[in-house]
Amino acid sequence: MANTTVADPDSGLTGAQLAQRYGLRFAGERPTLGEYAGQLWHYRHFIAAYANAKLVASFSNARLGQLWQVLTPLTNAAVYYLIFGVVLAQNRTPNFIAYLCTGLFIFNFTQTAVQTGTQSITSNLGLIRALHFPRACLPLAVTVTQFQQLLGSMVVLAVIVLVTGEPITLAWLMLVPAILLQTVFNAGLTMAVARMGSKLADLKQVMPFVMRTWMYGSGVLYSVELFSEQLPSWASGLVELNPALVYIELARVSLLENTPLLSSSLLQLWVTAVGWAIVMGVGGFIYFWRGEQEYGRG
Amino acid sequence: MVEQFESSNDVTVTLPRVQERIPTVVVDDAHVIYRIHKGAGGGGGPVGALKRIMSRTSAPNIREVHAVKGVSFTAYRGEAIGLIGSNGSGKSTMLRAIAGLLPVNRGAVYTQGQPSLLGVNAALLNDLSGERNVVLGCLAMGMSPDEVQRRTPEIIDFSGINQRGDFASLPMRTYSSGMGARLRFSIAAAKKHDVLLIDEALATGDKIFRKRSERRVRELREGAGTVFLVSHQLSSIRDTCERTIWLESGVLRMDGPTDEVVREYEAFSGK
Repeated sequence: MANTTVADPDSGLTGAQLAQRYGLRFAGERPTLGEYAGQLWHYRHFIAAYANAKLVASFSNARLGQLWQVLTPLTNAAVYYLIFGVVLAQNRTPNFIAYLCTGLFIFNFTQTAVQTGTQSITSNLGLIRALHFPRACLPLAVTVTQFQQLLGSMVVLAVIVLVTGEPITLAWLMLVPAILLQTVFNAGLTMAVARMGSKLADLKQVMPFVMRTWMYGSGVLYSVELFSEQLPSWASGLVELNPALVYIELARVSLLENTPLLSSSLLQLWVTAVGWAIVMGVGGFIYFWRGEQEYGRG
Repeated sequence: MVEQFESSNDVTVTLPRVQERIPTVVVDDAHVIYRIHKGAGGGGGPVGALKRIMSRTSAPNIREVHAVKGVSFTAYRGEAIGLIGSNGSGKSTMLRAIAGLLPVNRGAVYTQGQPSLLGVNAALLNDLSGERNVVLGCLAMGMSPDEVQRRTPEIIDFSGINQRGDFASLPMRTYSSGMGARLRFSIAAAKKHDVLLIDEALATGDKIFRKRSERRVRELREGAGTVFLVSHQLSSIRDTCERTIWLESGVLRMDGPTDEVVREYEAFSGK
């Protein structure tokens, strides 16, 4: 009795032929790239609602609630300032506090997006196995959540920058396109690591080390001039292409007067920033889409 | 009970009158294999793991579970099909494969439109209020924000979580397991579906809710093409399905009219 196919009364067709005759499609067939983008657009409200929900949920057990959105970056900045600004004091960088905080907050945006992105598929397996929606919603929601967090940090940053004596200039406006480019870059990167993390659970263990190395290579905690002084020129040239460094430098140029820069020109900074956003944004999206059918397997 | 049994007989009688048999789901020799990382403890802790990497043998802590082994059947529009079998026989896996949530390793599953799985496992965000979870769940099913706003009160009413006070505004982690399951069922049942897959959903909640949800399933079935129902409650299978498929350890053991299959199954499980 086992393994028997139920005979169709009206035809002796095989399953595939029957499916073709009545226009049935493969269950969970992957849509084309264009269709997929369209579906994501249709689900934009879900992405926004989910991102918001995650943000609220992450503070829901804390007594201070969403105040932590501002307190976390502040505490972070205080700890690093204590070590790198007071204990290992360096006087070479003008306005080191603002310099440090800009780097920290901008880098933190990418860092947390990547770290939560790695687990965005694995930690939502229940949702994925229960409901049908384009899976890219999950890593994109992570990016949106982190973007909201960043807005909190930016308010803190603006206060720090002003208190430490920087003037408000028109250059501050450059911060807007810079952050938008970084957001696109983060979205692509988050999608890429989300797919990798869904296949390779070990990635979660490795990620903190990768991120720390990346942070040291992005000139967050010390003057970027050290790169050009200490490294051979080819290596310092490579560091100049580091996307995190590029976005940090753009933010510093926007907010701070006479801050040290590694990149030779502002134009070069903008070109690399746009380049990275396009490459990572499009590349990460395509890479994630190619795995669309597999995410339910876990 | 007897009345319901008779009414389900009526349904069986009306079925052959459906002139055109349009298939909605074709399952063709489907195999589903889970690869499970058992994690540490697979053999000898870190040293063992290192040895395995050095000797390039595949880790014993990855095990394959062949959950569905070559199942084939065709479901037609207007049918309600019960899936029965003992625990771990691959029923839920089969549903997930039909829903396209879990890809088959071999064979194929063809469906008309997008089947929807209505399960009690739909994990929502436990830290959020029931109401926000309703909104999220509806958006995840692809409803527009307007529609969501309109439907939210209905869904909360249907779930009945507000019967003991205003629970809709409390986080879901404060709910009893029955309340959570009722809310999840209500969310998923709010949408019309071409092919509807129901996983044990009717077994949740108290008797009143069960009656209400069975009625809802019948309504959905009128709108939907085909309904699949997984349940250990043979009575609810008898009440709602005229055809039943019996899976046992991943193999299709019997497929036919509910009465016959359930009788065989009861004999098998020694009731």
